[in-house]
Amino acid sequence: MRLVILDDYDLASEWAAKYIRNRIVEFKPSADRYFTLGLPTGSTPYGCYQKLIEFYRSGDLSFKYVKTFNMDEYVGLPRAHPESYHSYMWNNFFKHIDIDPANAHILDGNAEDLEAECNAYEQKIAAAGGIKLFVGGIGPDGHIAFNEPGSSLVSRTRVKTLAKDTIVANARFFGNNLSKVPTMSLTVGVGTVMDAKEVMILITGAHKAFALYKAIEEGVNHMWTVSAFQQHPHTIFVCDEDATLELRVKTVKYFKGLMHVHNKLVDPVLSIKD
Amino acid sequence: MPSNKSVSDAPISQFTNCRILREHTLQREDLWVREGKILDPEKLFFDEQGYADQQVDCEASIIAPGFIDVQINGGYGVDFSQPSEDVTAGVSLVAKKILEHGVTSFCPTLVTSPPAVYHKVLPQIKVHDGGPHGAGFLGFHLEGPFISLEKKGAHPERYLRTFRSGGIEDLMEAYGSLDNVAMVTLAPELPRSQSVVRELCQRGITVSLGHSVANLSQAEDAVQHGASFITHLFNAMLPFHHRDPGIVGLLTSDQIPAGRTVFYGMIADGIHTNPAALRIAHRAHPSGLVLVTDAITAMGLPPGHHTLGQQVIEIQGLHAYVTGTKTLSGSIATMDMCVQHFKQASGCSVEEALEAASLHPAQLLGISHKKGSLDYGADADLVLLDDALNIRATYISGEEVWRKQA
Repeated sequence: MRLVILDDYDLASEWAAKYIRNRIVEFKPSADRYFTLGLPTGSTPYGCYQKLIEFYRSGDLSFKYVKTFNMDEYVGLPRAHPESYHSYMWNNFFKHIDIDPANAHILDGNAEDLEAECNAYEQKIAAAGGIKLFVGGIGPDGHIAFNEPGSSLVSRTRVKTLAKDTIVANARFFGNNLSKVPTMSLTVGVGTVMDAKEVMILITGAHKAFALYKAIEEGVNHMWTVSAFQQHPHTIFVCDEDATLELRVKTVKYFKGLMHVHNKLVDPVLSIKD
Repeated sequence: MPSNKSVSDAPISQFTNCRILREHTLQREDLWVREGKILDPEKLFFDEQGYADQQVDCEASIIAPGFIDVQINGGYGVDFSQPSEDVTAGVSLVAKKILEHGVTSFCPTLVTSPPAVYHKVLPQIKVHDGGPHGAGFLGFHLEGPFISLEKKGAHPERYLRTFRSGGIEDLMEAYGSLDNVAMVTLAPELPRSQSVVRELCQRGITVSLGHSVANLSQAEDAVQHGASFITHLFNAMLPFHHRDPGIVGLLTSDQIPAGRTVFYGMIADGIHTNPAALRIAHRAHPSGLVLVTDAITAMGLPPGHHTLGQQVIEIQGLHAYVTGTKTLSGSIATMDMCVQHFKQASGCSVEEALEAASLHPAQLLGISHKKGSLDYGADADLVLLDDALNIRATYISGEEVWRKQA
């Protein structure tokens, strides 16, 4: 894996956004050849989305030939609800960029047949040629998407009941009222994300530090599902200092020492103007 | 990008680089319009996988709902109360010119007139939408003739009337037809007024109290029967008195039926109301304040003598008097000037100033589901303004109908 450590949240967001930008630009997407991007939600990727919007506004990046697949969505929450992941993606990303709505895919948590919805989503990903770069986050309990502790590491897109930890973590978006938080979700599986050509996990904040430690310094374990990416050939973890607080000094020093290598991935930063 | 909309093929406009008045605040959001109505872009994106056909760069303007003037007697040489062969032409001329002031809907007002005038004028214009031809016609505002002799102001005394039976016959005799009437101003202390108030309200006509010497309890009684507006607060009514606040007391009355609001018109031209009085009213009841121009024939014209109803008036600067007296006969301020003056005099926020000219009149007339707001589904009647609230452009049903020349 690559462990990219930046000083703070803003720098981590910027690094991640530049990486995504470079990947898209160098791919030279076109009408015959779309760039497929997997996307997360939550407070962690917010800064990264802001940066990507800036790149679009400055004319350096376009999403016209990008197809996106979000990781998850709540079950039973009306799509127009301000806390649905549809709302999050619309307000924080889609409405500010030039993506074709037909290419923005999010699981429908209000589908008649949830299982069919999940299977169809897997098919859509396959039809799009698989995901080039899957961007994700990590929960305090080490989960990727809503693959809660105990999820199969080869799982596919399916319905999952949320763990207590997750519900508590999400309560802040529902007026701190636990009873208002959805209890089920549709989520891509660990296996689904593992199928991506490249995976980038964003991890910021001290409250994620223990999960990061479990994910990269302990073994592959279905109780900390992000650990599955130890077995992916191209994983990048992008974090801030605070997220590394539970790691061994040796680990942190090693990867910090590699920053000059990591930074070649974002410097020079490419533009469609060129 | 080519359009791809499963619900409708109509072109979609996206107003960008703007701040829109929504949920009582100015938000940095784009405004989307399709088929003359405000569109929900999130639904468009997810349900229809649609996007805009054209983008309009608003150059950092404020976008507010189009202004609604519920009291305007004429302008540009036109006097709505003067009987003429072609009333439509006069109303149309004013309707077109007031687009420059950001007014997208209005209620042409007729002052106290003889039955012949009402019978002739009222049937000539039907309620209709605005467009490039001019602001939308919401219905007439009939100010009189059932008003108080003592508070007639500039209205001609000989045409004042009282209620003989207190029923529809009184109205029909005076007006002839109520089909295109949006509002009636009357004095509630006139005997048998309550049944008339009810009669009008049942027909969906807004009843306003004005040109009256009613005390507070008479005014409250009228409100209980359905009256919901006060015509140009402070003017042509008893002054506020601490033991009987009169009609002015409605602003803080506790006798207003639950769920109902009493609105009040203010002519914020700096002349009809002292700014301190404007502030007292605004602070007492901010959500009821409705800006009106009460503009007369001379609005938009140079100084001199002009006619209003059956009388002659004289313009001196921004003042308009009944010739030979110091009785104010109406204002010549335009709606955008009123909005600016109101904001400056009251110290209110930009949002409040704009809502007093848009949301509140729409609420008063019971049309706030389609006018006076930028909510999804509302008519796309818009004004683009700069930070000093000067009008840059006016839109009706999403179509530009006026733009300030640079």
